Amino acid sequence: MGSDLSAMKAVMLRDIKTSLRQPQDLLNPLLFFILVVMLFPLGVSPEVEFLQPAGGGILWVAALLSVLLSLDHLFRHDFDDGTLEQLMLQPQPLFLLVLAKSIAHWLLTGLPLVVLTPLLAVMVHLEGNSIGVLCLTLLIGTPVLSLIGAIGAALTLGLRSAGVLLSLMIIPLYIPVLIFGTGTVMAAAEGAAVAGQLALMGAFLALALTLAPFAAAAALRISLSNG
Amino acid sequence: MAFDSLEAFITMGGHGPYVWSCYFVFFALSLVLIQWSRVHRRFVLRTLARGYAEPDTAGTSRASADFARVDTSDH
Amino acid sequence: MWQIFHKLGSPKWFYGIASRLMPWLLWVGVALFIAGVIWGLAFAPPERLQGNSYRIIYIHVPAAFLAQSVYVMMAVAAVVTLVWRMKLADVFVKSVAPIGALLTFLALFTGAVWGKPTWGTWWVWDARLTSMLILMLLYAGAIALGRAIQDEKSSARAVAVLVLVGVVNIPIIQYSVEWWNTLHQPSTFKLTEKPKMASEMWVPLLMAILGLYMLFGWLACLRMQTEVLVREGRTRWVKELIQQGGTR
Repeated sequence: MGSDLSAMKAVMLRDIKTSLRQPQDLLNPLLFFILVVMLFPLGVSPEVEFLQPAGGGILWVAALLSVLLSLDHLFRHDFDDGTLEQLMLQPQPLFLLVLAKSIAHWLLTGLPLVVLTPLLAVMVHLEGNSIGVLCLTLLIGTPVLSLIGAIGAALTLGLRSAGVLLSLMIIPLYIPVLIFGTGTVMAAAEGAAVAGQLALMGAFLALALTLAPFAAAAALRISLSNG
Repeated sequence: MAFDSLEAFITMGGHGPYVWSCYFVFFALSLVLIQWSRVHRRFVLRTLARGYAEPDTAGTSRASADFARVDTSDH
Repeated sequence: MWQIFHKLGSPKWFYGIASRLMPWLLWVGVALFIAGVIWGLAFAPPERLQGNSYRIIYIHVPAAFLAQSVYVMMAVAAVVTLVWRMKLADVFVKSVAPIGALLTFLALFTGAVWGKPTWGTWWVWDARLTSMLILMLLYAGAIALGRAIQDEKSSARAVAVLVLVGVVNIPIIQYSVEWWNTLHQPSTFKLTEKPKMASEMWVPLLMAILGLYMLFGWLACLRMQTEVLVREGRTRWVKELIQQGGTR
């Protein structure tokens, strides 16, 4: 048990360190996030009447797309330099190591998105209470995106044209999180109680935490077996 | 019969275009998939038969080499 | 029991059994489906609220029904692929996925056209239509992944994992789409009561559903046989079968 935890910690720290050495990979999803949000006032309307009710949804969609964009990096580097095969030979169960990598991915993409959110939320005229709830839903929701995304990233590992395929496979699975994320923000804007929805999103997170690493580990084994 | 005349059957009280376009698309697309499956099957049979007909012993493996999805690495 | 299971996994055994089953599936299926559709189109009484547009139901409901159950069948086959490594299960998944995708599209299309006279608009973001749209994307993802991976074994198992993840998600997706729908639904689009169906209406519907099931079985057998021929092209039994002309 103790060795499992220390192995997870080692994998996480390693992922974080290698990413910090390439800050561009960290910045890209954030810049993409800002870019997508910026397109809505430019493309639809800069009026408060449009942006305020739509803001929660816009930020959620943008966050979802940024996470999707960064998924390719989740296993790619380790796959290219052979680290992944080393990981599979470790005595620790593979799903724990996949979980550690998913958590590291969230710390490197999801969390910065959440930190950036209040800034962009002000730009789309969201109000104080909505901003708080939006950050909270993203805080609970983005780990789910990373965890489910790990399955897709593992399945498309080693494929040449993984990008569109990954989106096609993963976006349908993201829909429940998106619906409850934006729904909760809308409910908060109308002054309704949101504890129930937040609890439900927490349930999604618990479900993803327990099931997704198993599926992703199985997918990794499949992708590596034909290498 | 729920309709008095053939014309009533075709117009369906104003809903004819909707009903008939649905049925048309349903049958057309289903038949396209069925026909495509049959053509593909015939193509596979012909390719295999041609492979077997070749005199050398390598003929069989050449037959399946025509299909990109057949994996030849681990047999 | 195990012997039967083992036999079921044998492509040769399947090929023979399918050849014997297919004529029955085809002709009984055609008869049932066409009879159900003609009965529904021409002889069933018009619906009280919707008039004649409801006659779309005789293809819409069978397509929607089958589209959903095909995905469940694929999930069962996915378990068999992962647990017992049975090749035939993957043959089933690969052969059937395009049929499922087409049925989902047809259910969506007929639903949208039906919506025009009923709701006054082609597309409503109604819970059921939206769930079907997502189901179509799930099918598309499984087909695309299967095509993208060259290696047969990896492709089989990767698609199996994806289909299983999808089937776990379907209830969650449906639940959340329904919740989302209650949040946004404009009340004018609501069908206030489920139309009560007289037996002259639902008996032909039942016939159409059964008939389409059998036709699906026929097409699935046909496509699976083709896939088996492709994969087993180098084996002796396929060579003998083709040279003896046993494939007509």
